[in-house]
Amino acid sequence: MSTLLGRLTPWIAGAAALIALPHVFTSGFALTLMSQIGLLIVFALAYNMLLGQGGMLSFGHAVYFGLAGYFTIHYLNFIYEEQVPYIPVTLIPLLGGLVGLFFGILIGYVSTRRAGTTFAMISLGFGEMVTALTLVLVAIFNGEDGIQTDRVLGEELFGITYGPNIEVYYLIAGWCLVCTLAMFLLTRTPFGRISNAVRDNPERVEFIGYSSQRIRWLAFSLSSFFAGIAGALHAVNIEHVGFEQVSVIQSGLVLFMVYIGGAATFVGPIIGATLLYFLQSTLTGVTEAWVLYLGVLFVGVIMFFPGGLAGLISMHQPIWRARARLLAPLLVPYSRFLAALIVCVLGCIGLIEMLYFRSSRLSTETELVIYGVESDPFSAGPWLIFAAAAGLGAFAIRKTYPGAVSAWNTAIADARARPLG
Amino acid sequence: MSSALTLAGLRKSFGAAEIIRGVDLAVEDGERHAIIGPNGAGKSTLYNLISGRFPPSAGRIHLYDTDITGKKAFDINRLGLTRSFQVTNIFARLSVLDNVRCGCLYALGHRYAWWKLVGRLQDVNEQTASILRDIGLWEKRELPAGLLSYADQRALELGIAIAGGANVILLDEPTAGMSHSEVEQAVSLIRRISEGKTLVIVEHDMGVVFDLADRISVLVYGEIIATGTPGEIRASTAVQEAYLGTGAS
Amino acid sequence: MESIIFAMFNGVLYGMLLFLLASGLTLIFSMMGVLNFAHASFFMLGAYFAYQISEGLNFWAALFVAPVIVGLVGAGVERWGLRPVHRYGHVAELLFTFGVAYVIEELVQMIWGRVPVPYEIPELMSGALFTWQGFDYSIYRVFMLVVSVVIFVALFALLTYTRIGLIIRAAVSDPVHVATLGHDIPRIFMWTFGFGCALAGVAGVVGGNVLGTEPAMAIQLGPIVFVVIVIGGLGSLGGALVAALIIGVVTRLAIFYDYGLGSLFLSLGLEIDTAGLLRDFTRITTAQVAPVLPYLMLVLMLIFKPRGLFGTRDV
Repeated sequence: MSTLLGRLTPWIAGAAALIALPHVFTSGFALTLMSQIGLLIVFALAYNMLLGQGGMLSFGHAVYFGLAGYFTIHYLNFIYEEQVPYIPVTLIPLLGGLVGLFFGILIGYVSTRRAGTTFAMISLGFGEMVTALTLVLVAIFNGEDGIQTDRVLGEELFGITYGPNIEVYYLIAGWCLVCTLAMFLLTRTPFGRISNAVRDNPERVEFIGYSSQRIRWLAFSLSSFFAGIAGALHAVNIEHVGFEQVSVIQSGLVLFMVYIGGAATFVGPIIGATLLYFLQSTLTGVTEAWVLYLGVLFVGVIMFFPGGLAGLISMHQPIWRARARLLAPLLVPYSRFLAALIVCVLGCIGLIEMLYFRSSRLSTETELVIYGVESDPFSAGPWLIFAAAAGLGAFAIRKTYPGAVSAWNTAIADARARPLG
Repeated sequence: MSSALTLAGLRKSFGAAEIIRGVDLAVEDGERHAIIGPNGAGKSTLYNLISGRFPPSAGRIHLYDTDITGKKAFDINRLGLTRSFQVTNIFARLSVLDNVRCGCLYALGHRYAWWKLVGRLQDVNEQTASILRDIGLWEKRELPAGLLSYADQRALELGIAIAGGANVILLDEPTAGMSHSEVEQAVSLIRRISEGKTLVIVEHDMGVVFDLADRISVLVYGEIIATGTPGEIRASTAVQEAYLGTGAS
Repeated sequence: MESIIFAMFNGVLYGMLLFLLASGLTLIFSMMGVLNFAHASFFMLGAYFAYQISEGLNFWAALFVAPVIVGLVGAGVERWGLRPVHRYGHVAELLFTFGVAYVIEELVQMIWGRVPVPYEIPELMSGALFTWQGFDYSIYRVFMLVVSVVIFVALFALLTYTRIGLIIRAAVSDPVHVATLGHDIPRIFMWTFGFGCALAGVAGVVGGNVLGTEPAMAIQLGPIVFVVIVIGGLGSLGGALVAALIIGVVTRLAIFYDYGLGSLFLSLGLEIDTAGLLRDFTRITTAQVAPVLPYLMLVLMLIFKPRGLFGTRDV
């Protein structure tokens, strides 16, 4: 029984955190933020069923997210007009999931015939096609304006109306928990394991009785189902869906979340969705260069930490498991490297901000403030300081990186040398 | 008709090059049949035709009474034929346990199930455990397969192939690259796992071949020039000329 | 009849521009197995560089210098970005180029701003070459066609008659074999990537002033180029040419004819409720559907001939 309890602990803790969060962060901004993160976690986990679990790189998974969103908005509006059977808002996400599943089965049949690069191109093609259609079929998608609804249908169980944002938060949190658990359990089914096998070696799978194409199709459909749930939650939360939600912008964002968070682990997408959406919503108001930073971060992760953030954590797990004290010698070399990294990044950010400021050409009256200090991008001083920081930081990174790596190598070797138990 | 595997007039060309040039072969049910031949004789191609990696240009293949010519690899596997690969072909990021587990899931009827947990499947767990003990990887079951040593990966390759319990087993150079002691272990393992089954084995190590095989076929330039007991093959002058005299190592 | 010829001419022109992009992409893909997601971004860089150079000097300098710079940037991206990622496999490489596309778009906005830059057709060629049946044939469009045909012929000659072309063709059919011949594969990869990007740069120089030089130009054209090479068959240069021309001509004809789909549905005997959600199906015209057509062709191709027109290799 104790192992069962051990296995349940993270879920109970997660549920408790979801319940407690709105009481800790009470502002309206925080509530909206957490709601949006909750549904993006569902979307990111769904996406990782393809990328991390099944080895399929999609550039168009927002199609299932967005189409479910459009459908949800129309359905809610139809309920008002009494043209369709009433469904409580609590269960509307399930309807969105079915819409995602429908399109996943349909489009997945064509696109999962191939894996790898061809699959990626096809997913992009479908994404572009649906995005283009939103501008053509105006009655359904209403072009660039998108469509709107009102999520308050009336009283449901316990007097919930989904008028106040807090009620919507708990709706999303509940669905997020259920979907996360469902997707976690899916990784432990015969389907989940064979899906991993197809990722590792699609050819070999054919010689143990499986059609790798069929597995990909199944993974694609199930993933689209969860993406659809996320899309419906988005529609309920924002009460608006536009072409951005089906477009390559949204598809790219979920890819960034999953990859930067770490596609190889189950928790990676959760970390990525939380971090990236938090950064996005706080930084877009502060800097024009947010997308550039995001792109550079993404490229950096691919080049230097292909396991993502969760990968960075999990590469220390064997050390931690063997003996926690083995982590101690890592502290100094890691801090050195981190300090160098921070100096370099701060310097680069300063340079980029000044460049943006100069090129936008319309902000002659306003002053540029970087790190709380007024920095005149038309004088040499700030340029020299930031360039020096970037240069010195880069130099220090080169100097401290080998130390960090060798410290890890020593620690992991020590950990592996110890017998388990 | 007691043949487990019957090849009739089998041919395969890649472009202008004909690699398999009319192979007729009947592997009896329950026998251990070795296929030997010099490099480039078409042994791997023959396996690829039988196991459905690609279709033959001409001829028929029967598994017992079922015509499997041109069927897909997974269909052939489901009919009870399994194979291993010359180049190790495993699932590198899955654990050793999961590698073997994947090998028996379909055969035990769990197929594409997404509503049951693998950890709870008693039949799968038992079969996986017994195979892991058989191939000597029980202790290393938690490791990612990609981290195994070469010999261990060869053993795992075998384990995946036999996990489904198929009746006809095709092994492609199972002892390639192994040391002397490892070969001995591998042979006794192969002997054990092929008990009561039909085994076809491609092998370069003549010690292994003459030790294991009930009958031997010699494949030279896409044609079978002789089939017989080890004694007959050893005595055949045609085989001596074409192969054993020059190419044996 | 004259109008058809005019639309066809524009279609061929657009198709050749697509081919300029697709050829570099195909070359890189065939050699390295890498699908360069950032390819259209190099096209965009070509246009912006050309704008900057023609501001300082003139269009002719831009025509020759801008592609070279784009090629060098491409080679640099390969050398210091793509090469270290190579060991993680093709999907990681594709992801890397996807990230590069984002970064390039943002850098372009950082340097040249978010609004289009006034990259103009050179005055010398802004007039009409001749007028026929009421349609003006501008000098510049004919010039574009000439440039793309010249490049196509040069590329063909390069691949057929030169030593480097021989290596490239050998590498396309058998990458391992070329490595064993002692060629410095990383170096060849670097210059292949650079050369492919330079071809995209040329397309940017000659196309940027017609299509408009703005930060969104890459994301608008990129996906269509991918459609071209998937329809043509991944890795097939001839396929890319045919597919590019088909897509160019079909989309331009669709815009030119502007045929209402409603009459099509009527003639098929389908009655569509003109007030419901599906009402648009009766109203839209082929011109509105034109942006969707390449993707529709892609889907049809995947259903009926998954390897593309001339595709031979599996990915």
